[in-house]
Amino acid sequence: MTPQPDPHPPGGHAPGWLPPTPAQTVGPFFGYALPFTGGGHIAGHGDPDTITVHGRVFDGASGPVPDALVEIWQADRDGCLAGAPGSLRHDQVTSEVVGRDGTAFTGFGRVPTDADGHWAVRTVAPGPHRPGATPYLAVAVFARGLLRHLYTRVYLPERADHVRADFPDLPAERLDTLLAVRERAGLYRFDIRLQGERETVFFDFC
Amino acid sequence: MRPPTPLTGEPTQRDIDAAMAEADRRPPPDPDHPDRDYPPYRSSALRHPKQAPLPVVDPEAVELTGPVFGVTDVSALDNDLTLGQTGEPAGQRITITGRVLDRTGRPLAGQLVEIWQANAAGRYAHDLDQHPAPLDPNFTGSGRCLTDSDGEYNFTTIRPGAYPWRNHLNAWRPAHIHFSLFGTAFTQRMVTQMYFPGDPLFPYDPVLRSVTDQSARDRLVAVYDHDLSLPEWTLGYRWDIVLGGPARTLFEDR
Ligand SMILES: [Fe+3]
Repeated sequence: MTPQPDPHPPGGHAPGWLPPTPAQTVGPFFGYALPFTGGGHIAGHGDPDTITVHGRVFDGASGPVPDALVEIWQADRDGCLAGAPGSLRHDQVTSEVVGRDGTAFTGFGRVPTDADGHWAVRTVAPGPHRPGATPYLAVAVFARGLLRHLYTRVYLPERADHVRADFPDLPAERLDTLLAVRERAGLYRFDIRLQGERETVFFDFC
Repeated sequence: MRPPTPLTGEPTQRDIDAAMAEADRRPPPDPDHPDRDYPPYRSSALRHPKQAPLPVVDPEAVELTGPVFGVTDVSALDNDLTLGQTGEPAGQRITITGRVLDRTGRPLAGQLVEIWQANAAGRYAHDLDQHPAPLDPNFTGSGRCLTDSDGEYNFTTIRPGAYPWRNHLNAWRPAHIHFSLFGTAFTQRMVTQMYFPGDPLFPYDPVLRSVTDQSARDRLVAVYDHDLSLPEWTLGYRWDIVLGGPARTLFEDR
């Protein structure tokens, strides 16, 4: 339907603004449409200093979520957020997705979870996006059963002190859900718990 | 083709109707969107956070920017889902067009729009969709395009069929097309579904009815536009999409 000015704008919104299109679940069958070749290879070819961030998505019964989609958006190692296009680069002959060319940093990753709820991206540690800012990977989580996607952030544990300073009111056990765990050099673990014990902190951007 | 294993001991439509009526009496935190805790959609039970989201009043530049896409991310025929196979897909050919706008009404040009859908018989080209309706060798059901300078997208496809699912006994999804959009900020990211006008399954479907405000729900339904129909070729539907996101996404100079 053609958008009409919102007669009853929700609190805080100026009258006359268009009301947004409501969200709906991604459902179970996005797998042949949204994931793409090289979706988790955010770092460029031959980058000498990449990191891998991986983890599992769990539901409220601590079961794996095998039909989730994890998206990452981030700054490059210099803190630049001008990600280049080309994440879903297509072959001109076959129309198949061939993935990014590996030279330009697009800053965008998209990976479906596997049958065990596991996902992984290979990327670079982001730099501060403004002087003094604590860098992080912005994350959007989609899943069957999730009527509207969720936002969270992956902070690297080397910045834990800064993260604590950024969220002074957050209890330690909540804050920990935003910190990746270093498993070995260059390998970080970040589990996403949708519900229940150690539920991940999700954000609402106002 | 395998016959379906009948569900037993599952909620009936009447049970789900009662749960939907109950949810209608409990306004969601944001009337424009579904409450993630929506019991009639049973898969939501273990997948919605119990803690309130942490409000970020002054989002960082990371969330006020977002990925960009361009000519290399789509191929020219990606917006015609009836092409790319050896034959024509079965079903009613349709055209869907509309504009992608922000909440001030500004058109969003160069935006990636991705869609996926069931075939005319209501079957997805996905191994986990095992309901006994035929796959169509000439239809895979996914497409993408970039919006033009007026923020307009355009797809040619076939009208998807309704399909059964196992939320409850005799659960059928109204015909719909899944849409994915980005906007200019990561906080404008949107995944939703477009429905067809006048579908008799609307009152029975907990996914559509998870949007409990009727005017918001109406915004998920396309309109038939006779001027978009092409003689002896397609029926035309129009569906505009408004991306939300925090106010900062609208006033930030970029
Ligand atoms: Fe669907």
